[in-house]
Amino acid sequence: MRLLTREALLSFRRAPLLSALSVTTIAFSLFTVGLFGLIAINLREALRDLEERVEIVAFVLRGTPPETITLASQDIATFPEVLTVTYVTEDDALARARRELVEFRDAYRDLQVNPLPASLEIRLREGFRDAVHAAAVAERVRGFSFVEDVRFGRDWVEQLDGLRDLAGILGLVIGGVFAAVAIVIIGVTIRLTLLQRAREIHIMRLVGATNWFIRGPFLLEGALKGFLGGVLALVLCYAGYTAFRNNTSVLGGLVFFGPHHMFVIVVFGVFLGLFGSLVSVGRHLRTVSGRLDRRMV
Amino acid sequence: MIRLSHVVKTFPNGSLALKDVSFHVPKGEFVFLTGHSGAGKSTLLRMLYAEERPSQGEVRVGGHLVHALKADEIPRLRRRLGIVFQDFRLLEDRTAFENIAFALEVTGARADTIPARVTRVLTQVGLAAKARAHPRELSGGEQQRVAIARALVNDPAILLADEPTGNLDERATRGVFQLLRDINTSGTVVVMATHDLDLVRQTTYRTIEMREGSVVFDSADEARGEER
Ligand SMILES: Nc1ncnc2c1ncn2[C@@H]1O[C@H](COP(=O)(O)OP(=O)(O)O)[C@@H](O)[C@H]1O
Ligand SMILES: [Mg+2]
Repeated sequence: MRLLTREALLSFRRAPLLSALSVTTIAFSLFTVGLFGLIAINLREALRDLEERVEIVAFVLRGTPPETITLASQDIATFPEVLTVTYVTEDDALARARRELVEFRDAYRDLQVNPLPASLEIRLREGFRDAVHAAAVAERVRGFSFVEDVRFGRDWVEQLDGLRDLAGILGLVIGGVFAAVAIVIIGVTIRLTLLQRAREIHIMRLVGATNWFIRGPFLLEGALKGFLGGVLALVLCYAGYTAFRNNTSVLGGLVFFGPHHMFVIVVFGVFLGLFGSLVSVGRHLRTVSGRLDRRMV
Repeated sequence: MIRLSHVVKTFPNGSLALKDVSFHVPKGEFVFLTGHSGAGKSTLLRMLYAEERPSQGEVRVGGHLVHALKADEIPRLRRRLGIVFQDFRLLEDRTAFENIAFALEVTGARADTIPARVTRVLTQVGLAAKARAHPRELSGGEQQRVAIARALVNDPAILLADEPTGNLDERATRGVFQLLRDINTSGTVVVMATHDLDLVRQTTYRTIEMREGSVVFDSADEARGEER
């Protein structure tokens, strides 16, 4: 184990520039993913407020007995998607209109007959505040005979869904491209290290070291670079996050990754490094040593 | 210990390096492999340590069917062999001691056994005093002794030497050759490729002569009065 670590660290000392290059590319690929991840997370955070307003309103036929409505609303409250059901009577509706719609206050005051229908306002649980679930609940509510019409802002809810996904997808695509570049660059640096250490590898093979033993240091090296890249990416993300937070006045504050997200990013870096070196070592180990054998004889 | 049966080696570029080579080397023997440059000596040795695979025929080394070994079985074979070359193949940035220890480390030897084993082989090749020297501080003969010590440190049953004295002056050649003889005396099979006929004539060891990929003379056949 000590040998493994020693040999793996050797390449950092012998090829500091190449090592730095691999670490940097991993860092940048993860930085991109991370940055868009941050945007997605903050967007989600911002949307959480908006989401709370996702609401289904069922307008009740005039003349329906309040008992029927109360009973039905109790029924609706047991739907798995439903958080709360509020019964808004005709009078409540009018009072609210007077309160909220200041411009029409006069108009409402002079009314002889209340034109506003009673309604059930249904709010959904978190995780169900999207178009699909809202539509499903609306459909079931429409089934009640006293319900005249059901409304929810379908377009608006759908836009919300789209926005939420966009940042995530964009981050994955751009990050994926960078990740591919990182793997290639790691491959190249490992290949150069392999050439640089062809003599060691050649002798290892001659004296009967197993392939895994020979690969070990290179894989460890790749994993180490990936780890460093991951950590560096987090640092960059944090720097970007701080800079953005200090230069804008987003109310409610921005959020950074939780420990869970940070862990995933670093693990992903390790995976990138490991994968890059595995591919490269697998492809070049024999060639490097064999070429040396013939040249040296 | 070593048995080749009808071994043929054709390289992808079409060159025919070995043509139907067969011979047997019993336990305890010292064998010279002679022949001009390009006769196929190195290729033959590479067959024995599984660096090349025969195109046809069978290669058996110490109970291993080398021609049929899978890649992951090769290390086990090589741990039973010691291999030395004309160009020593030492790591320049490590001392004599470290070069030998490297062979043990990378084959998974227990760390606490390594110093004693390295010291033992360094003493055996007469270089105990130079343990801390780097290759560039050693003469050619000394470097080859370090390489031999490295080959011996895993207690091989067979020592393969490809022109081990090819880069050495006469005095160093004699010293290295004597070392190989001593190693053979202690029971290790030695196969030594060389084109130094003076060396070959000094002894009565078995000699296999190759030419253009074929065995053209084997002193063992001669002794038994066989025709080839
Ligand atoms: N990897 C190879 N590819 C093609 N031809 C080779 C290769 N190795 C050796 N040969 C050829 O095989 C023949 C024997 O070479 P070699 O075994 O090195 O001879 P020796 O060691 O007796 O000088 C030569 O003609 C050489 O050119
Ligand atoms: Mg040769």
